[in-house]
Amino acid sequence: MSPLRLAGLTKRYGDAAVVDRLDLEIAPGRCHGLLGPNGAGKTTTLRLALGLVEADAGEIRLLGHAIPAEASAARRRVGVVPQTDSLDPDFSVRENLLAYGRFFGLRRAEIEARLPGLLEFAGLAGKADARVPALSGGMKRRLTLARALINDPEFVVLDEPTTGLDPQARHLVWQGLRRLIARGKTLLLTTHFMDEAERLCDVISIIDRGRIIAEGSPRALIAGHIEPHVVEVYGEGAADWQGCADRLCRRCEQAGETLFCYADDPQAVVRKLEGRPGLRYLHRPANLEDVFLKLTGRDLRD
Amino acid sequence: MRKTNQAGHAGDSSPLTPHPSLKWLPVWRRNFDVWRKLAAPSILGNLADPLLYMLGLGYGLGQFLGEVDGVPYLTFLAAGTLAYSVMNSATFETLYSAFSRMHVQKTWDAILNTPLTLDDILLGELIWAASKSLLSGLAILAVIWALGLYTDFWLTPWLLPVIVLTGLCFAGLGLMVNAVAPNYDFFLYYFTLVITPMVLLSGVFYPTDALPAWLAAAAQWLPLTHAIALARPLVLGHWPDAPLLNVLVLLAYAAAGYLAALRLTRRRLLR
Repeated sequence: MSPLRLAGLTKRYGDAAVVDRLDLEIAPGRCHGLLGPNGAGKTTTLRLALGLVEADAGEIRLLGHAIPAEASAARRRVGVVPQTDSLDPDFSVRENLLAYGRFFGLRRAEIEARLPGLLEFAGLAGKADARVPALSGGMKRRLTLARALINDPEFVVLDEPTTGLDPQARHLVWQGLRRLIARGKTLLLTTHFMDEAERLCDVISIIDRGRIIAEGSPRALIAGHIEPHVVEVYGEGAADWQGCADRLCRRCEQAGETLFCYADDPQAVVRKLEGRPGLRYLHRPANLEDVFLKLTGRDLRD
Repeated sequence: MRKTNQAGHAGDSSPLTPHPSLKWLPVWRRNFDVWRKLAAPSILGNLADPLLYMLGLGYGLGQFLGEVDGVPYLTFLAAGTLAYSVMNSATFETLYSAFSRMHVQKTWDAILNTPLTLDDILLGELIWAASKSLLSGLAILAVIWALGLYTDFWLTPWLLPVIVLTGLCFAGLGLMVNAVAPNYDFFLYYFTLVITPMVLLSGVFYPTDALPAWLAAAAQWLPLTHAIALARPLVLGHWPDAPLLNVLVLLAYAAAGYLAALRLTRRRLLR
């Protein structure tokens, strides 16, 4: 059974539909990514799914429960890692987990029994009595992750779990998430980090203006939506060179001083560029970011 | 099973159908655990201030006033201070402390991701603020007992339910103000426009018959007037004149405040 199924989900604020007839079905035991620019409707979709916001139309089933009617019962089996830090600054690591466990109706003894495993999982084994303000950003994020697991949920929702973390801390969080997937949990995560989505997710839904505009495995998305090679050309003459590039590649895009050439055979482009010492270039395989930018455009979304 | 609502609100509770359950208890417990860590300065701040006022004004001003309503001024002031101190304690807790949990620390957002719903959170906050104000009331009551500021000792235990009721009333109103506050500065309006005039009109420092008739009539609409109408006779040794009315007014303010808070906070957090 699908842990989360959304059908025709719509949420409007005034005239703007933030979520617009969105359909989504998540496979059990998988990591599903929601990828989209700012304001695409990612967080609203999660809040709708958890029964925290009322939809204007559509159907939501979370772990077999109709949302929002049975949201409380559904949330009992869900873990949530929110985007903003909401740890209790007056509590120690242990006290944060104790207080949060009680919200699920767990008894102290049950929570205490889960604590060592959770602290070990979060890499906070020696930190049980540390106060929250003394933790680094990465530790806080991992504590938030541990907190979301206090009820041993089968489905974990993560809203931008690594935003604001340094590369070391991000890798630690990813390791934790991989261990969760290995244990059979289903993950739904939003992100705007392409590398994060590419590394973690079995399936990615690219969401823009409240709709899912593409869906599939990272590999399938790249193969299906974009030419296999990219040559990025930099320098003052890059713009003038576009005419030449247009003949050699399938598609060219200009962004500022940079020309992006998408090609099936990059060698022709590279050979031509060798004869233009004024231009610098980078040849690389196409990635998810190229797909994302092709589908959602290069304009800022603030 | 809890009822689904017809009003079409998000979540599984509608503001007008509060359901009896103990799901609010972990919210209360969380606040209690935080308070326990910071208890010493909090108790001192909460209790010392009203006591100093009561004793300073009671003894100092009492010298000039002699008897008020047939009792020494300190005795007259005791019931007013009791209600005033309970009101202040519940108000501060639901304004500044609840606001930092709701808006700054995002504690309520975190709790909303668990099986608890907003009405559980607000009920926990309401009862927590009433619990804290019970402590303030008890401190004044202890002084009333210690200094023998009563006529009939056996009437004074009835002050306990009055304290609880007054705490719930101002906690409900405070949560309503909290729900619409954009920042901490906003609370100053509530104090200067609502709380302070109420203190001056409700008979904390002097009998309301001292007021012009129209002001005295207006004061009958204020919850603090009814809290004092219950507390003062109990201190002065007789039963209140219209206890049922006073209790109903306090309960009505508490319930209206809580329900308005629920509706307004829902609009604020669950949209």
